[in-house]
Amino acid sequence: MTTESVITGNKTTARTYKDYGRPLWRRLLVSREAAVIGALILVLIVSNSTVRNFGTPITFYYLLLDVLPILLIALPMTLIIITGEIDLSVASTMGLSSVVLGILHQGGLPIEQAALVALVVGAVAGAINGFLITVVGLPSLAVTIGTLALYRGLAVGILGTTAVTDFTKSWKDFVKSKIGDSSIPTVILIFIVLAIIFIILLHFTPFGRGVFALGLNDEAAKFSGINVERTKFILFVLSGVISALAGIYYTLRFGTARGDNATGLELSVIAAVLLGGVSIFGGRGALPGVIAGVLLIGTLGSALRLASVTSDVINIITGTLLVLSVVSTSFLAWLHKKRTKPGGKKTGSPAAKS
Amino acid sequence: MFQKFSRTSGVARAGAFAALAVSVALVATGCSAGTSDPEASGGAGGDANLAITFVPKNLGNAYFDTSDAGGKEAIEEFGGTYDEQAPAEGTPDGQVSFINTLTQQQVGGIALSANDPTALCDAVNEARDAGVKVVTFDSDTSADCRDLYINQATSEGIAKVQVDLIAEQIGDEGQVAILSATANATNQNAWIDLMKADLEANHPNIELVDTVYGDDDDQTSFDKTEALLQTYPDLKGIISPTTVGIAAAARYLQTSDFKGKVQLTGLGTPNQMRDYVTDGTVTAFALWNPADLGYLAAYATKALIEGTITGAEGDKFDAGKLGEYTVDADGTVLLGDPYTFNKDNIGDFDF
Repeated sequence: MTTESVITGNKTTARTYKDYGRPLWRRLLVSREAAVIGALILVLIVSNSTVRNFGTPITFYYLLLDVLPILLIALPMTLIIITGEIDLSVASTMGLSSVVLGILHQGGLPIEQAALVALVVGAVAGAINGFLITVVGLPSLAVTIGTLALYRGLAVGILGTTAVTDFTKSWKDFVKSKIGDSSIPTVILIFIVLAIIFIILLHFTPFGRGVFALGLNDEAAKFSGINVERTKFILFVLSGVISALAGIYYTLRFGTARGDNATGLELSVIAAVLLGGVSIFGGRGALPGVIAGVLLIGTLGSALRLASVTSDVINIITGTLLVLSVVSTSFLAWLHKKRTKPGGKKTGSPAAKS
Repeated sequence: MFQKFSRTSGVARAGAFAALAVSVALVATGCSAGTSDPEASGGAGGDANLAITFVPKNLGNAYFDTSDAGGKEAIEEFGGTYDEQAPAEGTPDGQVSFINTLTQQQVGGIALSANDPTALCDAVNEARDAGVKVVTFDSDTSADCRDLYINQATSEGIAKVQVDLIAEQIGDEGQVAILSATANATNQNAWIDLMKADLEANHPNIELVDTVYGDDDDQTSFDKTEALLQTYPDLKGIISPTTVGIAAAARYLQTSDFKGKVQLTGLGTPNQMRDYVTDGTVTAFALWNPADLGYLAAYATKALIEGTITGAEGDKFDAGKLGEYTVDADGTVLLGDPYTFNKDNIGDFDF
């Protein structure tokens, strides 16, 4: 492929285009992702020096255990939101997989097999979403609000108000184990592997280019040869499977399978994805920013809790942060538009105006 | 063209990942920096660490506001440090984060109302391994993952107070009926069985004519009350051992001709019942006093922190204005008889 472009370059020679309008350092430093990563680093440094007990290994151990379900589900959620769709049923799928795992284990299946069935249930749940959205052609917002209620209803219906708690101890211990003598939870390795797979999938494959193209203009994407339906269907199935995986983790970590497990978690996931710089309108976003976004919300919560700030105030702070991050995108876009004349040239003194 | 695009933009992306790597590295250095930090901040050792934090099921709940205020009163009496931490919603995972945090902060003790009997166990046991004393109140965890449980009332106590109240209100004779929650509600059925036994043994002139179920639904309970009064014209009293039932029955009685003629008692909360008690529809009803519950939990935590008790059966400790308490089997402490609310004291409560 490289050779081809070189050849064409040699033949024409008439005109060359720069690959980017701005130099590399500006593209890296002046971006949403960089801003989120910068905010994360800032919060870490400030918390480390001002909050007592924050700079201890155990803080990061608990932090990672707490945010793991959000980190996991944020991966497929990022891709789905980049296509301009949304999946609100992820937390209900977690609850359903938790209940399936619990009820099968209670019925005598070992954890491994029960977890496998739970993953399949997650895939089916995702496939139902995908089917309704791509084949039937319904909007994902409506479909997944429906399945949010449906999957949660199934989960609570199967187990009622009871809970399954007798899980194999070796598995519960594994979920909480640390890598060697460090304070990094072993389960984070699962996330790292999945994160690498999703980063490659989104940023380095034709499939990933298709995801972005879909979000920008799905009709144009269709005409340029992207299988729109198949792409979306695959993403919703992935979302179902990863949610089920998060549900299994949640069940084993807390040692309890309940129908109401992880209620409301979908909002934390979507908030983190948006904070990480993904556009809710689709077509824009990057996974490193999202991962930093999840860690930012988690770190902030952890630091504020250690500083004995009440949960209501923590919610107010994270909520404000989210609104500000969304507003800042629109504000910057507006500012950029103002500074640039229709012809593309900058006006005389933008500083004087503001 | 498409391919060329993706090749060159890879450089930019590699840069973005480098930035992420830096942040990950920073997290890691944060870890290692902490490791070298000595345990200077630990509040353990030396004098007893009387920093006690209340962790109710959730914030913004009037019942827990009352109980935690009781705990605060106690902690101020004995010169400890009071704090309250809880998730905004009553979920077990939310409580786990707060218990973990309190473990790191090295508080002396935690007074906890558990959202799940088992999900909190690991977090609570980690706290206990780190020397934090954990006392549950209102809602218990499994017995092996807390030091003490402050039980608000026993089934026997709850059954007895309701029978005593109705007997007193109707002059110890005549027909009564029970308006319960659902037909298979475990707690209510246990209480009803105990009430029946108590009536038979100690109140031979009171006849229990019927037990109806309002399904803990306001409208159903309201309708069932109406039906009871139509079916049994000589009915003198109704016992409703559920907060939904007693409020609905009181609402019916308040606007009917039966007001003042038919007595109503049971388990209710002061805020729901305030109107009916002040206008005389209901003379008295029962529940426990959440403020005393929190007060006792605070003193029990203090006794554990100071080492006066270990939580073993038979241990005795002083609980300020409430007097002396003894630990029963399974590490439980019983608050006492249920509390009776009437016209004179209902103004003191807000939950």
